[in-house]
Amino acid sequence: MDILSNLALGFSVALSPYTLMLAVCGCFLGTIIGALPGLGPSNGVAILIPITFTLGLDATSALVLMTSVYYGAMYGGRISSILLNIPGDEPALMTTLDGYPMAKQGRAGDALVLSGVASFVGALLATVGLMLLAPTLARVAFLFGPAEYFALYLLAFCTLGGMASNNQAKSAIAACIGLGIAMIGVDSSSGLPRLTGGNLHLYDGIDFLVAIVGLFAIAEVFFFIESHGKGSSIGVKLEKVRVPWADVWLTKWTMLRSSAVGFIAGILPGAGASLGSFLAYMTEKSIAGEKGKFGTGVPKGIAAPEAGNNAAAGGALVPMLTLGVPGSGTTAVLLALLMTLNITPGPTLFSDRPEVVWGLIASLLIANFVLLLMNVPMVKVFVKVLMVPAWILLPGVTMISFVGIFSLSGSYFDLLLMIAFGVLGYILRKLDIPTVPVILGILLGGNMEDALRRAMTLSDGDVMYLFSSPISTGLWIAAIAGFVAPMFLRNVLRKPQAVTD
Amino acid sequence: MASDRIFGLVTLITAVAYIAAATQIQTNFFSGEYLPKLFPMMIGAVAAISSLVMIFKPDPEPEWPASKSWMNMGLAVIVLAFYAVLLKPMGFILPTAFAAGILSYQISPRTKPAFLAGIGLSIGLFVLFKFALGLGNIVAYRIPTPAKLWEAISILIPFVGH
Repeated sequence: MDILSNLALGFSVALSPYTLMLAVCGCFLGTIIGALPGLGPSNGVAILIPITFTLGLDATSALVLMTSVYYGAMYGGRISSILLNIPGDEPALMTTLDGYPMAKQGRAGDALVLSGVASFVGALLATVGLMLLAPTLARVAFLFGPAEYFALYLLAFCTLGGMASNNQAKSAIAACIGLGIAMIGVDSSSGLPRLTGGNLHLYDGIDFLVAIVGLFAIAEVFFFIESHGKGSSIGVKLEKVRVPWADVWLTKWTMLRSSAVGFIAGILPGAGASLGSFLAYMTEKSIAGEKGKFGTGVPKGIAAPEAGNNAAAGGALVPMLTLGVPGSGTTAVLLALLMTLNITPGPTLFSDRPEVVWGLIASLLIANFVLLLMNVPMVKVFVKVLMVPAWILLPGVTMISFVGIFSLSGSYFDLLLMIAFGVLGYILRKLDIPTVPVILGILLGGNMEDALRRAMTLSDGDVMYLFSSPISTGLWIAAIAGFVAPMFLRNVLRKPQAVTD
Repeated sequence: MASDRIFGLVTLITAVAYIAAATQIQTNFFSGEYLPKLFPMMIGAVAAISSLVMIFKPDPEPEWPASKSWMNMGLAVIVLAFYAVLLKPMGFILPTAFAAGILSYQISPRTKPAFLAGIGLSIGLFVLFKFALGLGNIVAYRIPTPAKLWEAISILIPFVGH
C-alpha cells in the first residue's frame, strides 16, 4: 500500500490552506487563460513562470500553482471553442466540430456543462493513471543510461515531428533551431565559450523562458495586429445553464473510452494533448459510424475530444515527471518551470523529493474537483471574460511578458531577444513550421548533448554503443517509425476541417 | 512555394555557417578534442538536409499579409524595441503607457479607447506588480539624464551601440 501512504503524504502537503488557495487561484487563472482565444496553455504558463519565480514561491507551491493553471487551461479551452467557434488552445480544435453546432441549436449551456463533465472524467482518470503508472515507470527509468536517454530524446523529437506537424522536414528544422540555440554559451566540460560570436551577453546561453515567451506570447501580438482582432465576438446566446443528465448518461462509455485513448496518447513523448483529443474524436466517430451524425452537434462529439484532451494532459505528465521528457508543448513549459526551480525531473525525483511529486499529484486531484465546481455552476463568469476586447487583452499580455522577463534578469538584451523570438515565431507559424520543437530543443538540447557525450566517453567513441541495449534499440526503432509512419498514414488520418458559418 | 524555398535557403546557409563555426570551437584537455564539436555538427547536418528537402519539396504558399500590415508589424517591433531599452532608464509608467497605447491602436485603430487602454494598463499593471505581487525591480518613473537616454537608445543603432 505504498500508493496510499504516498498519497497521504501528498495530501498533507496539498491540503495546507496556503497551497489550497494557490490551487484555487491557479484553476481560476488557468480557466481564463484557456478560454481567451490567442492565449493558450503554453503561453499562459510561459508568461506566468517568470512572475512565479520572482514571487519567491517554494518549489511545491510554485508547482501546485502552475499545474493548476495547466489543468485549468485545458478545461477553459472548450469555452471559446463552443461559444466562438475559435479554439482557445490547439487541443480544443476538435471540440469546435460538434460544440459550436450544438451551441447554434440553442443548447450552448448544455454543451458547456457536458464538456465540463467530460473534462472532469478525463482529467480525473488520467490523474489516477498517473498515480499508478508514474512510480512504476520511475523504477524502469533507473535502467536508463546515456545511450537510452539519447534515444529517448530523439524519440520525443521524432514523434513530435511525425504526429504533430504536416511536414517532417519542417519539424526537423524547428528541432534543429532549438537544439542549435541550446548549444550557445559556455561549454560545461571545457569551460570555453561556444558559438557565441564573441558576444558577452551570450556567454550564459539563451534563457529558455525568453524564447518561450517570445515564440508564444509576442508572436501572438503580431497575429492580432495582422487580423486587427477580428472574429472574437460571441455569436450564440447562452441562456440558463442546467445539467443535461440524459446526455451525461448517454456519453458515459464515450467518456471512459476517450479517457483511455487520450491518456495513452499523452504518455507518448512528444505527442501530447492535441493528438489525444484527435484520436479520441476519431475513435468515437468510427464506433458511432454514419448514424452517429458526428459534426452536427451530437453530445458524444463533445464528450469525446474533451475527455481525450484532458486525459492526455494528465498522461503527458508521466514522461515529464519520470524521464524528464515532456509529452506536449505545455508540459515542455512545465519542464522549464521545474528547471527554473532547480528540480531535476527523472526517476530520482520520486525517491529524493517525494513531497514534491505526491504533493503535485494530490493537488491535481483537488484541482480537478475545484475545476468541476468552477466550470459547471460558474461557467457564466468565464463567458464574461470572453468579452474582454483584443485591444486591451493583447497589449496587456505583452506588457506582462516584458515585465516578467525584465524581472528575471533586468537586462535589455533579454527583452530585445524576446522580440526577435516573437518575429521568428510569427514567420515560423506562417510557414507552417511548428514552434513546439524549437522550445523542446532549447530545453532538452543540453541534456541530449550530455547524454551523447557521456555515451561516447563510456564507449571510447564507439558509435554502436548507442544501439547496444535492447531498450535503446527499441527506442531507436520507435523513433524512426514515429517519424516515418505518419508520412504514409497522412491520408488516413486527415484532420477534419472546422465548421464554418 | 517561393516562401518555403527562400526560408529553406536561409536555413541552409545558416546551417552551413553553423557547421563551420562548430569546427572552430575551442577545446582543451578536459573536454577532449572532438566531443564539444560533435553534437553541434550533427545538428547542422540534420538542419542542412531538412533545408534541402524544404527547397526541393516546398509546401503551398501561405497567405502573407498585405504591405500595410507589414508596416504595422514593423512599427510594432520598433515600438517594442524602444520599450525594451527605455524600461530601465525611464521607469515603468511612461514607456508602458506609450507602448500599450500604440499596440492597442494597431489592433483596433480608434484613438480614444487606445489612449485609455494605454493609461489604464500602465497604471493597473504597475499597481498589480508593485503592490499585489511585490516585484522588486520595477520603478514607477525615473528622470534620465540626456547622456543616459542616448546610451539606452544607441543600443538599437547597429555598430554604434554595444
